[in-house]
Amino acid sequence: MSTGNMNLTLQVWRQKNSKSAGKLVDYKLSDISPDMSFLEMFDVLNEQLITKGEEPVVFDHDCREGICGMCSMFINGQPHGPKDLVTTCQLHMRSFKDGDTIVVEPWRAKAFPVIKDLAVDRSAFDRVIAAGGFVSVNTGNAQDANNLPIPKSKADAAFEAAACIGCGACVATCKNASAMLFVSAKISQLALLPQGQPERYRRVQSMVAQMDEEGFGNCTNTGACEAECPKGISLENIARMNRDYLSAKFISEEEV
Amino acid sequence: MSSLSKAFTSSIGKKFVMGLTGLFLISFLIVHVSINALIFLNDSGETFNVAADFMGHNIVIRIMEVGLFVGIILHIVQAIILTSQNNAARPEKYAYNKASANSKWYSRSMGLLGTLILMFLVLHLYHFWWPTKVAVYTHQEHNTFQNIVMIFQEPWVVVVYVLGVISLGYHLLHGFQSAFQTMGWNHKKWTPVVKTVGIWFSIIVPIIFALMPISIYLGWIG
Amino acid sequence: MSKLNSNIPAGELTQKWTKYKSSVPLVNPANKRSLEVIVVGSGLAGASAAATLAEMGYKVKCFCFQDSPRRAHSIAAQGGINAAKNYQNDGDSTYRLFYDTIKGGDYRAREANVHRLAEVSANIIDQCVAQGVPLAREYGGLLDNRSFGGTQVQRTFYAAGQTGQQLLLGAYSALERQVGMGKVQMYTRHEMLDVVVIDGKARGIIARNLITGELERHFGHAVVLGTGGYGNVFYLSTNAMGSNVTAAWKVHKKGAFFANPCYTQIHPTCIPVSGDHQSKLTLMSESLRNDGRIWVPKKKDDPRKPSDIPEDERDYYLERRYPAFGNLVPRDVASRAAKERCDAGYGVGASKLAVYLDFKANTERYGRIEASKAGNHNPDKETCMRLGTAVIKEKYGNLFDMYAQITGENPYETPMRIYPAVHYTMGGVWVDYDLMTTIPGLYCTGEANFSDHGANRLGASALMQGLADGYFVLPYTIGSYLSKEIATKPIPTDHPAFVEAENEVKATIDKFLSINGTKSVDHFHKRLGHIMWEKCGMARNREGLTQAIKEIQDLRKEFWADVKVPGSADEFNPELEKAHRVADFIELGELMCIDALNREESCGGHFREEHQTEEGEAKRDDENFAYVAAWEYKGVSEFELHKEELNYENIKVAQRNYK
Repeated sequence: MSTGNMNLTLQVWRQKNSKSAGKLVDYKLSDISPDMSFLEMFDVLNEQLITKGEEPVVFDHDCREGICGMCSMFINGQPHGPKDLVTTCQLHMRSFKDGDTIVVEPWRAKAFPVIKDLAVDRSAFDRVIAAGGFVSVNTGNAQDANNLPIPKSKADAAFEAAACIGCGACVATCKNASAMLFVSAKISQLALLPQGQPERYRRVQSMVAQMDEEGFGNCTNTGACEAECPKGISLENIARMNRDYLSAKFISEEEV
Repeated sequence: MSSLSKAFTSSIGKKFVMGLTGLFLISFLIVHVSINALIFLNDSGETFNVAADFMGHNIVIRIMEVGLFVGIILHIVQAIILTSQNNAARPEKYAYNKASANSKWYSRSMGLLGTLILMFLVLHLYHFWWPTKVAVYTHQEHNTFQNIVMIFQEPWVVVVYVLGVISLGYHLLHGFQSAFQTMGWNHKKWTPVVKTVGIWFSIIVPIIFALMPISIYLGWIG
Repeated sequence: MSKLNSNIPAGELTQKWTKYKSSVPLVNPANKRSLEVIVVGSGLAGASAAATLAEMGYKVKCFCFQDSPRRAHSIAAQGGINAAKNYQNDGDSTYRLFYDTIKGGDYRAREANVHRLAEVSANIIDQCVAQGVPLAREYGGLLDNRSFGGTQVQRTFYAAGQTGQQLLLGAYSALERQVGMGKVQMYTRHEMLDVVVIDGKARGIIARNLITGELERHFGHAVVLGTGGYGNVFYLSTNAMGSNVTAAWKVHKKGAFFANPCYTQIHPTCIPVSGDHQSKLTLMSESLRNDGRIWVPKKKDDPRKPSDIPEDERDYYLERRYPAFGNLVPRDVASRAAKERCDAGYGVGASKLAVYLDFKANTERYGRIEASKAGNHNPDKETCMRLGTAVIKEKYGNLFDMYAQITGENPYETPMRIYPAVHYTMGGVWVDYDLMTTIPGLYCTGEANFSDHGANRLGASALMQGLADGYFVLPYTIGSYLSKEIATKPIPTDHPAFVEAENEVKATIDKFLSINGTKSVDHFHKRLGHIMWEKCGMARNREGLTQAIKEIQDLRKEFWADVKVPGSADEFNPELEKAHRVADFIELGELMCIDALNREESCGGHFREEHQTEEGEAKRDDENFAYVAAWEYKGVSEFELHKEELNYENIKVAQRNYK
């Protein structure tokens, strides 16, 4: 039951470190089971490489259940591969056919420099959050949770925006390497909730400024991010962020 | 940098200018297409010439014309800046990118479509805007309608115009709804309406524009 | 025994924490600015502690091995978080939460700690909601609750099936806020490889920058671990691939006692193993047992499809054995029952190591209710199934999708196949009431410590404990230690203790790279996991454990002689990271077996086959084993047992019964 019968050709991006140039390298794999996840297929490849005395392929991964957002991989021209609403770790080999050639590249963006092979540095996202993706409430400052009723529709919408796993697929797939979907998801979550109101217009200004500073591109509304997002984060969030940003900059008198 | 200039140079600020100028140009298209449509009255251009003459001489319109050029230039300049920034945001391209899986080709080709429209626009201004201006400043009589009829006797001109308005159509197909998204005008109930209106606008307006050279060339109007 | 003072404050149980808080020494704001605290780990416990300490004014350095603190495995928790809010007016109280937790832990947890946990549970919900965590709400705008195993009240707060994610992102945002303000220095992709002890106190860590391979020395007036559990010792578990015991094990080897290592929670409802390629297991939330019925065929090796097996040829063994609780018995009981059936040859699926979790009966029941609501009082079966499926989809849609994704089967049509899997470890670094380990100045929080869960954790309590420790307990208790450290100047990192610790780490790394053997790190990890699962898993016995200890010792020798770690030390080298982790897992595995062998009783997640009732239920020995087993590291394969007696002053110890 362990081995299967799929034979595959992988073209994997190999790059020693952030300074050196990389290239696609071909690997043949046989007896791959359709029940394997894409990353387990890479485990098999790496096991073979180690046995042969070659360096295994470095790739980011952790929870392998689609929630931590650590796995990446641009598979056959799409982030997280061909299936909708799944991360690479939840993509299974049954989504491919025997004899397929699969091209695997790292996320590519100036703001996400390659560290090695398929692993990239996404710390730009952390810095965007650090710029304002929070409610300033110190531990111990909180009132009773039910003192603040929130309409279910608002709470649900905030939750949908908050479901973002910060994987960066939106940046990876956007033709402009724009981070608008990621940034707007956090801004939306907090803008929809009463807890987020006091800092609402400061937040949007600081987070957008940090996003720009990180070197992400500009949004041209192609919608690719939404289509590829493994958590189905909606473009509505971007509109909401634009609206808040423009009100903050052109209507509000508070400067950041 | 002052707060406002920071706003305009931010990514969303630049997009705001794109969206705003885009919507302004769309409003111009409505005026333009309405006047053009007057030739379909088929009265040898009599009504059309009255309107054209009004547009050429009325002081308000002429001031707005300056605004129109400013709008076009801003739209182009911002587009160039945005495109170069966007290209810089991904220095190393993908070996294989299956963009067709997640977006429309025309959404990804706004720069190309815009460039085609610009090239067409140069020819278009040379054909129609320039002679009008010359007439205005040399105080000569100018029959715009006759000029149109003359120019559209050349088959290649007709082809270029048709291609130009097709580019415009696709440009609008993305640009119309995109402008609303950029301005943040998003609404559960109204956004679908905007999108539908955008699609019809992007189809109907270019068709009316295209019908003009075609019908003149084929002699339906003259 | 002198070393094991749990430092529980005197006084009446319900007043202990209140009195402690009002009398614990404080550190004035100016002094806080010059006190440095190192926090290792950025999950619920680590991130909340780092953020809160920084808010209070301490200088904080926080480390995580992932590329961002938001990736910590707390993010994967599905079900919910308990809190004694009594919003549902169903008679909940701090005492009831305390009582349920002690009982759920099979009377092997410390009363004072658990009561404190129950006390602060309500504050956690307030704090998280204030941060903008979108917990589920009712139409009236107030918070919703669901019920979870082992309780008779609805006290579980949740955010769909992603409660852990939302809570972690709340803590992460609080942490990033402090990072943005420059009060926390964040070190991502850094792994702690040793603790530095100077004059008997924890004074810093050696961390490896995972990108450059550089070893770094970091000083701290105190060190806090929030590094999670060690379930990956079994290789296959619901933990993340990177979850490891290394930080906890390193401090253990430097003098911190390791308590109750054998207490492991095996979760009954996970997606079964599909083959040797399997790298991890995925949990199906406990909530599914509310509507799913668990069964196996009555006939051994029945080759028929589940749908072809008639009702009277099915064995609903949980309902048969535990009529009172049925499919909702606690996790340890449900897991053992599944194992018993499969071992007896009734397992299903290709591996025969699975049982069915069947939603058909309840789908039909829901469908009948829906049809009735619509005015159809005599619906046919098809209508019932169609309407019922919609209800099931609404309740568990994301879980069903996940199941379909992983197995390629449609759980709406065919019953799910499930099997128990390692999920959580109740054991961990021993801590006193202050959460301080046996090394002064070294603290341990969350799943990494031996915790408040005794021998078995109740559902939705892990998130509660992680955040209680990080937000509300440690920031107070650490003041008691740091108030005495205000005169301590930062120790320069060229101090001999730092140099020595770094040299030790370097020597280990050089050793890994020089072995140049024939087998990968994963090879050894899988073999260790196999030994642990077979002999120190759901059921343990003297013979198996004795064998396991021997096998693990042999495995350790083989590992150090034949492992192959490719690449070099001065680069991003995940295989080298794994080598460190697996080396520590091997040593821990041995201690787990030693602990399991020592504990001659069955309690909670620890089931010794020699100690069971006639009906096959766990049999505790309160007379001889009502203690915490805290192990001191004495050298390779040498551990000394220290006992912390558990005194129950407020709760009457009783045998659990779910019949």
